[in-house]
Amino acid sequence: METTKNVNPKNLSDTPLTAKDFKTDVHIDWCPGCGDFGITASVQMALAELKLAPWRVVICSGVGCSSKTPHFIKTYGVHTLHGRVLPFALGAKMANPEMEVVAVGGDGDGYGIGAGHFMHAGRRNIDMAYIVFNNEVYGLTKGQASPTLGRGQKPKSLPLPNVNEGVNPLALALSAGYTFIARSYSFSGAHLKETIKRAILHKGMALVDVLQPCPTYNDLHDKEWFSQVVEVNGQQKPRCFDIEKENYDGRVKDSANLDEITAKKKQAFEMAHYRGEQVPIGVFYQVELPTYYERIAENAPILNQYTPATLPTADEKGRPTSDLSQPLSHLLV
Amino acid sequence: MKKIVNDLSWMIGGPQGTGVDSSANLFGRACVAGGLWIFGKREYHSNIIGEHSYFQIRVSGEPVRSHLDPVHLLATFEDSTARIHAHEMAPGGALIYDPTVTHPENLNLPKDVLLVPLDYAEVLRQVSAETGEPFSKLVIMKNTISVAASCALLEFEESNIEKALAGIFTGRKAKLVPINMTVARKAYSFIKKEFIDQFPYRLEPIANVPKRLVMIGNTAVALGKIKAGCRFQTYYPITPASDESVYLEGLSEYGMMVMQCEDEIASVEQAISASIMGVRASTSTSGPGFSLMAEGMGWAGMNEVPVVIVNYQRGGPATGLPTRHEQADLLFALHFAHGEFPRIVIAPADHEEYFYDAFQAFNYADRYQTPVIVLADKNIANNTQSILPFDESKLKIDRGQVATKEDMNRLSADGMFKRFAFSESGISTRTFPGTRGGIYWMTGDEHDELGHIDESSANRVKMQDKRMKKLETASREIPESEQIRLFGDPKADLTLVTWGSPKGPILDALSKLKKEGINANLLQVHIVWPFPTGPVTKILQKAKTVINVEMNYTAQLASLIRRETGIKIQHNILKYNGRPISETEILDGVREVVKKKTERVVLTAGM
Repeated sequence: METTKNVNPKNLSDTPLTAKDFKTDVHIDWCPGCGDFGITASVQMALAELKLAPWRVVICSGVGCSSKTPHFIKTYGVHTLHGRVLPFALGAKMANPEMEVVAVGGDGDGYGIGAGHFMHAGRRNIDMAYIVFNNEVYGLTKGQASPTLGRGQKPKSLPLPNVNEGVNPLALALSAGYTFIARSYSFSGAHLKETIKRAILHKGMALVDVLQPCPTYNDLHDKEWFSQVVEVNGQQKPRCFDIEKENYDGRVKDSANLDEITAKKKQAFEMAHYRGEQVPIGVFYQVELPTYYERIAENAPILNQYTPATLPTADEKGRPTSDLSQPLSHLLV
Repeated sequence: MKKIVNDLSWMIGGPQGTGVDSSANLFGRACVAGGLWIFGKREYHSNIIGEHSYFQIRVSGEPVRSHLDPVHLLATFEDSTARIHAHEMAPGGALIYDPTVTHPENLNLPKDVLLVPLDYAEVLRQVSAETGEPFSKLVIMKNTISVAASCALLEFEESNIEKALAGIFTGRKAKLVPINMTVARKAYSFIKKEFIDQFPYRLEPIANVPKRLVMIGNTAVALGKIKAGCRFQTYYPITPASDESVYLEGLSEYGMMVMQCEDEIASVEQAISASIMGVRASTSTSGPGFSLMAEGMGWAGMNEVPVVIVNYQRGGPATGLPTRHEQADLLFALHFAHGEFPRIVIAPADHEEYFYDAFQAFNYADRYQTPVIVLADKNIANNTQSILPFDESKLKIDRGQVATKEDMNRLSADGMFKRFAFSESGISTRTFPGTRGGIYWMTGDEHDELGHIDESSANRVKMQDKRMKKLETASREIPESEQIRLFGDPKADLTLVTWGSPKGPILDALSKLKKEGINANLLQVHIVWPFPTGPVTKILQKAKTVINVEMNYTAQLASLIRRETGIKIQHNILKYNGRPISETEILDGVREVVKKKTERVVLTAGM
């Protein structure tokens, strides 16, 4: 099953677009060599290739280096609070599901302070993409360990090795119910851009965990480390390998087939815990299930006709048009 | 015997989950069906089944807005209620009890209480024998027996019960009405004439009274929101707020997106972002959840997002008294969240205001593009009152400054829009995301007119001035009649000042005080922020004596008044035991201040 969703025709640009159309003239204050540059550029290219009109896109972020991203992209941008990108993003999407909503933020933002929201966003299967900039440190506060840094690891910013276990975001997303779970790397170019496009086109809640270097604080997993060629069973291999080029298919073909779902989940869980010199990237799991909006609209069919943001509630003179006589009749004695 | 007509305090109690609420609902609706007016006070534990709960209904021939302390008629169907509430009974009152479980000689009853034994099982056995319905199926109807026996004692026609039952059991449940009526009639027959003759209270139907609404405050707020065009409601379950959200969820025909969130942090933020998209959005909560919303509120203030937050106050701090009443969040609501930003705080005080203020809150939010807090409380939220139908004819929806074509020409350049353009009023024109040419940014950081981060000192001052200026604009524009309300003789020497639900018992007490020679009026501070400094000063300066009445320890309104007007209120009537103030307590409290010049009267009634 390939992604079935197309871009909402209302969101298509009527003029040709390039990544440049999604750039602002705001000064970018990230450190030279930061992975954020690669991810932001990939988002801009993905939006342009999907032909999305800039004014039909909302990009939400949390707080941190990577959460400054919306200011550098020319769409509606909502730079929210630390850890709160998902509540804001999904509130926007539920109010106006016709818009394209993309959430971005760091690993501390999403898997640390925002971990509760991360889980519940999965349960709801909101139709949006969430791109996590994962560099294993809290860069903006000088490199403290983030939730994804492994136990015993000591990037140069830490005085002592990390005493916490690192969380596995992909396995977490799988348990929470995300219906599209992918990993990419900030400087993998085409792979990242294509993965972001697939995430946006996926009908449901999509996570793209993007590994990235923090050149200032994380000297363990820097650009050089990600680019290394490593030896696997006597063969020279790239550090990051695309699982989908190696006979891995995470896509559920028949979402009514619970056995298939279970098998694909097991496979994804295993791949998420892949141990070795190489780092697997690609789409680990994908399934198409009813979105939250569809579930709500089933109970309130008028929401198929209107979105909450477009429901008429007043006439041209501002007189409210909501007729309360039905509920009031039950209260009149 | 000369009877006291249509002036009654009735109570029913029992373990939670045994139908106390259903009994009270039936009795209250029966009274209203007979043209009478009610105020119902519901007290319950943070518990599902077993702990003691009770419901007190005051019935009157005129509108009533509060309860009385003495109980004239205590209806019980098990043993705990009589034990717990015996001492609250008025001399001359009556106790309906089941002699198989309750032994009056063991109760702490005042003298002259009429004892009315009622063998519930015998009533049901007779009905079972006559109808062939199995006894076990009838047991659930002991509530109907309590109500019917009460009405019999009050000489109140059984047709009123039938009308009430028909209103409660509708649709497929309508078939329950006849069997309940059979039980009710049987219960009537058990109340002997000698008891009726000895009981001094009586209810007499009043004809030609228009139909009234019988509702709790939660429902009034919910309906006000729908009327206002709110179509996005978020919540996390919490007492005493969630009834509002659950009620809204059930009214799916309006297309309200009701989202149960993972916590109150998400609740407020989802509402904020929904509002950015153009839908009127709101969340409702109580103290613990309200505390969690501070962060999101600050962001909404910074980004000038209209959002309505209803805080149903309950006993605090921490978990506090989760099912009980208090008004201790006033100063918190005025200051919560770090930093400074404009906010509007409204304090509705009765069921009508819960409806109209819930409606109006969205107009303020849209007009001033800032968070609006509605400070509700458990007393009105969970209590029932009979009120005249709402007047919806004058309601108008004001969406504030939303970009017109002309605005777009003026403020849009290169596809982008100066959402935070500086202006005289402090209010800027907004676009809803999705609008072509309307692109802007929002950030929790200080920002420029487009919404990009700008930490420069000059911009900071201009932006902070712009945001805070909206409060002055609101103060100037909102009519005085909305900011404060004065009840009673404007020239009275004694002014009682309050906010929120103590308004009810004070209003009920004013006429009785007058009969005692105490001419008092009531100043209700309705919009508590921006504070109505001018109107409050004007009224308080006229009064010889001022008594501040509120439900907290520290007299928060009095301290706010002193801060904003310089006037130090000498007398406070306060209560913080978790139980709402009764008319009885207002009368006693005012008498004490008048006679003894007491500075601080602390009320303690209620179980």
